[in-house]
Amino acid sequence: MADETAPVAPPPPPPFVGPLEDRDRIFTNVHGFQDWGIDAACLRGDWDNTKALLALGQDAIIDIMKASNLRGRGGAGFPTGMKWSFMPKESKDGRPSFLVINADESEPGSCKDREIIRHDPHKLIEGALVAGFAMRARAAYIYIRGEFIYEAKVLFAAVEQAYAKGFIGKNACGSGYDFDVFVHRGAGAYICGEETAQIESLEGKKGQPRLKPPFPAGAGLYGCPTTVNNVESIAVSPTILRRGAAWFNRFGREGNRGTKLFQISGHVNKPCVVEESMSIPFRELIDRHCGGIRGGWDNLMAVIPGGSSVPLVPAREIMDAPMDFDGLKAVGSGLGTAAVIVMDKSTDIVRAISRLSYFYKHESCGQCTPCREGTGWMWRVMERLRTGDADLSEIDMLHQVTKQVEGHTICALGDAAAWPIQGLIKHFRPEIERRINERGAPVMEAAE
Amino acid sequence: MADAPHIPDEAETRARWGNFAWTAENAEQVKTIIARYPAGRQQSAVMPLLDLAQRQVGAETQTQGWLPVPVMEYIGDQLDMPYMRVYEVATFYTMYNLAPVGRYHVQVCGTTPCMLRGSDDVFAACKNKGLVKGATTPDGLFTLTEVECLGACANAPMVQINDDNFEDLTYDSMSAVLETLAAGGQPKIGPQIDRQTSCPEGGPTTLKEMVEGNHDYRGAWA
Repeated sequence: MADETAPVAPPPPPPFVGPLEDRDRIFTNVHGFQDWGIDAACLRGDWDNTKALLALGQDAIIDIMKASNLRGRGGAGFPTGMKWSFMPKESKDGRPSFLVINADESEPGSCKDREIIRHDPHKLIEGALVAGFAMRARAAYIYIRGEFIYEAKVLFAAVEQAYAKGFIGKNACGSGYDFDVFVHRGAGAYICGEETAQIESLEGKKGQPRLKPPFPAGAGLYGCPTTVNNVESIAVSPTILRRGAAWFNRFGREGNRGTKLFQISGHVNKPCVVEESMSIPFRELIDRHCGGIRGGWDNLMAVIPGGSSVPLVPAREIMDAPMDFDGLKAVGSGLGTAAVIVMDKSTDIVRAISRLSYFYKHESCGQCTPCREGTGWMWRVMERLRTGDADLSEIDMLHQVTKQVEGHTICALGDAAAWPIQGLIKHFRPEIERRINERGAPVMEAAE
Repeated sequence: MADAPHIPDEAETRARWGNFAWTAENAEQVKTIIARYPAGRQQSAVMPLLDLAQRQVGAETQTQGWLPVPVMEYIGDQLDMPYMRVYEVATFYTMYNLAPVGRYHVQVCGTTPCMLRGSDDVFAACKNKGLVKGATTPDGLFTLTEVECLGACANAPMVQINDDNFEDLTYDSMSAVLETLAAGGQPKIGPQIDRQTSCPEGGPTTLKEMVEGNHDYRGAWA
């Protein structure tokens, strides 16, 4: 029998879900009010005794990253520390290891890596050193999308500054570790955001994804062990190491810890990029930073909460949803890159999704037949649904085709093309049917 | 593909570009670029070299530049790559122009986040200035292309003209940008409304100390 007088453990406090205080923001120059250069960055706390961070040792760094529960910020949400730990601890055959940093930010809605690179590039470069050291990499390649021309200029210059100060290169930060950072510009291909396509592209080829296995941690860039990480995942790591895993765990719900750059676009009064606590409720995020929904909350129709690849969520379900991996999964969508695309009731929702279908048609690399043919097919049917020039049975047929594309391709582009359409049919089927019926009606009258 | 560019006549192209070679400055740049990649992996340099070549062609023709076949062959020889491998890369990525473009390459983003904020108006402004999608204006000044998401969604709608972004556009501001360029001027780069980068319009909701000075928040770390 339990002693009824014994004190029971109090329930754990509810998780912190925002608003974040300024002192807990990692990207303090996110809006670029101040200089991105190395001297200003150092005054803000970057490159502050990085040697001591490296002195923790590779295993300790990976342990802290694991304990921080940081999940990759590129969309899939894979635990970053665990990813780093997959890299070989020693090279048995003399092959070097590489870190590739994915700055090929091309997901419609996403514009966070751009802000990091043009306004806080030294957080990224310092992170590259720390992460590269932890995974015993010889060098980091930062793959920046070609259209980020100004951002690439800043990044090239920032890397040069870091070399000039001895922070990277031979004996980086006086740690005795040699580490190079190179910048590689893409040239306009969404698919190069996929990690193996990015590796192919870095090798000077068409960016077509590779079959896995072998996984990049075994054979990636030039056949060497490689880890591909998103810019944000890398850029937050020095701050996590400085402030500790416990600090990072203070924010967000369990399994969704940390701070996150949210990018809000579409029909809000003031679109912006802002760093907030994970799990912040959607309504709080929009009201606090974006001046509310255009035309008020009653005017909200639907939200794509994680970049174009995730299904849309209708207004009533998203309004009070926590903005994190699990909270958005629970409403049938995902956090993705936290690129929040807001649509009010003036939106032609079928056109909005059809335009995304065009995007995937345009960006399909053409390697797998279901995606190459399917994306074009889906877009053409979507265009007919937009105008109502279709038969009601074609809605189900389209849904069936999305299911035949999804999961039948080498990479996730096929899935990403399928999901927005599935979300549309799931939530807005009556709207599609209305268009077909309205267009069909006069024709029938004429036939009579 | 229907929207594939019309690749110019090969004999003419060879006559004009058969003797393509790097300028002295670019030749130095090429060495730096190739040195970024491990020895024997010089093929990795094909993308930056194509970009550099396109810029050199652009400088010589007073346009945004393009990639004539002899130029691609020149790069292939330099990197010890078959021409076809260079051509594959040049055709795969959208930023390589396979046909000449105008002085200003107007690339309007038409993807959903920009569409929601009014990219239709931006296209309308282009149309009313005589720009036609996929074509160059008769005076050789503007080439209009609809492009996919350029990653500035919080500043939608936006356009990239050569190396510069113009953001938070309206019909009027896009018209003004085109007018300024046509008159030989340089329009203001970035947001066309009173706004600091991707900060909320009207001032930041966070990190307000940063507006005035390079604030160090570490003093408040707990």
